Amino acid sequence: MDPLARYDPIVADPEAFRAACERPLPSVVRVNEIKATPDRVARAFEAAGVGFEPVGWHDGLFRLADDVSPGNTWPFVHGWVYGQEEVSALPARVLDPDPGERVLDPCAAPGSKTTQLAALMDDEGLLVANDSNLGRLSALRANAERCGVTSVAVTHADARHLSLKPFGVSERRSEARRTTSDGGEPFDRALVDVPCSCEGTVRKNPDVLEEWSPSHVEGIAGVQRDILGRAVEVTRPGGTVVYSTCTFAPEENEAVLDDVIADHDCRLVEFDLTLEHVAGVTEWDGDRYDPSVRRAKRVYPHHNDTGGFFCAKLEVAA
Amino acid sequence: MSREDGSSRENDGQRFDRLPATADERIVEGRVTRREVVTWWVERFGLEPAAFDGHTFWEKGAGKVWAFAADVGSPAEIEALGMTFLRTRQEHWKPTTDAIQRFGREATRNVVVLDDADARAFLRGETTDPDWDGDWGYLVAAHEIADDIEPIGVGLYLHGELRSQVPKGRRRQL
Repeated sequence: MDPLARYDPIVADPEAFRAACERPLPSVVRVNEIKATPDRVARAFEAAGVGFEPVGWHDGLFRLADDVSPGNTWPFVHGWVYGQEEVSALPARVLDPDPGERVLDPCAAPGSKTTQLAALMDDEGLLVANDSNLGRLSALRANAERCGVTSVAVTHADARHLSLKPFGVSERRSEARRTTSDGGEPFDRALVDVPCSCEGTVRKNPDVLEEWSPSHVEGIAGVQRDILGRAVEVTRPGGTVVYSTCTFAPEENEAVLDDVIADHDCRLVEFDLTLEHVAGVTEWDGDRYDPSVRRAKRVYPHHNDTGGFFCAKLEVAA
Repeated sequence: MSREDGSSRENDGQRFDRLPATADERIVEGRVTRREVVTWWVERFGLEPAAFDGHTFWEKGAGKVWAFAADVGSPAEIEALGMTFLRTRQEHWKPTTDAIQRFGREATRNVVVLDDADARAFLRGETTDPDWDGDWGYLVAAHEIADDIEPIGVGLYLHGELRSQVPKGRRRQL
């Protein structure tokens, strides 16, 4: 079956949606503000004759000309830029961490969002970057180091059972900190960018449609629920958790949120997004979800000529 | 040998141990101190001592020092803590490429600025012959880009030539 056809009932313009999914995506880089400014990257690209244009909604994202291989430019060598799909730069900005905070990135590799979070934190604070795949972790480490990130602590664990123990209290300031049941301190924020069916990346990787199956959707949705639930548990009361995927499947998006807000003390909150998008769906395939899942946002490829994306912001009850 | 607090008198290559602040607080024999690490950077590259106030320093593996912008309990059994910063195992301490790229822009001495051709050769991992009459040893190899000087990596200046220390995986033919 054509996995994209199943979304006809929820996509307002299925023809535009399908047409956009068939177009390749331009190469985009994000400026790493730990090491450079958008202005300096722009001047370096201009001096080197690299064709680029700003994306409009985000000062630090440049679409590159078709003939540019970003890895072979001085700005890449210096760690000034990171190749990152335009919409994938969304969730870190929605999480909006502050310098000095404790932030969790439970599904971090290969690190585009991790390095973006570190830059938003001015590389100050504790950024725990976890992944279950050791090979992908080494890519994460290489990317973080090239970007000059020093605030990241890298862990190798199953995100469904993440332990806070390694991030227990440093003996030097134990008085000021509260701890959770397993001995660690809770996080101020978490960015839960889970593994998913990835149809939203079809413009970059058409193979995702070949690999798609209903049983995979069902299996991975259970994993996503557990990862998001654990992230909520280890975030402090009043803290923020952002959930994101690059799939259009409501089973992996709104249904996961619906379960987690029912089982955990947290709620969906509104957020602003300047990119064109639509609200989360409250009905799918005979199921109904909590009306608050409308606060989540769906970005389809035909909206802004990007990949597809899903993003929701949750607040842990105070 | 382990003490009650989990710390050991020997280095354990599988975990991170925070460097002692000074020699008086040293438990593991031969472990460098925070003061020595900061002093080395400050003296070698002329940084402000305050440049590292926000960082803790850790050892994982004998002589491999990491810089971390936060603090956790020591020892820490995790994959990575901040960035690799300095190797102190050899007689001559060696900064890492990542540390030079991150902190080397604040360097005020032992910075060799390469012309465009030499900068490209340096990035390819080649030995170059720049104009340099300063110290021997590890230098910040930099070039001018977008109206300012930017470090590329570590160069070893010996016998009148600059040997690129750019790791194989980071070399590029631009």
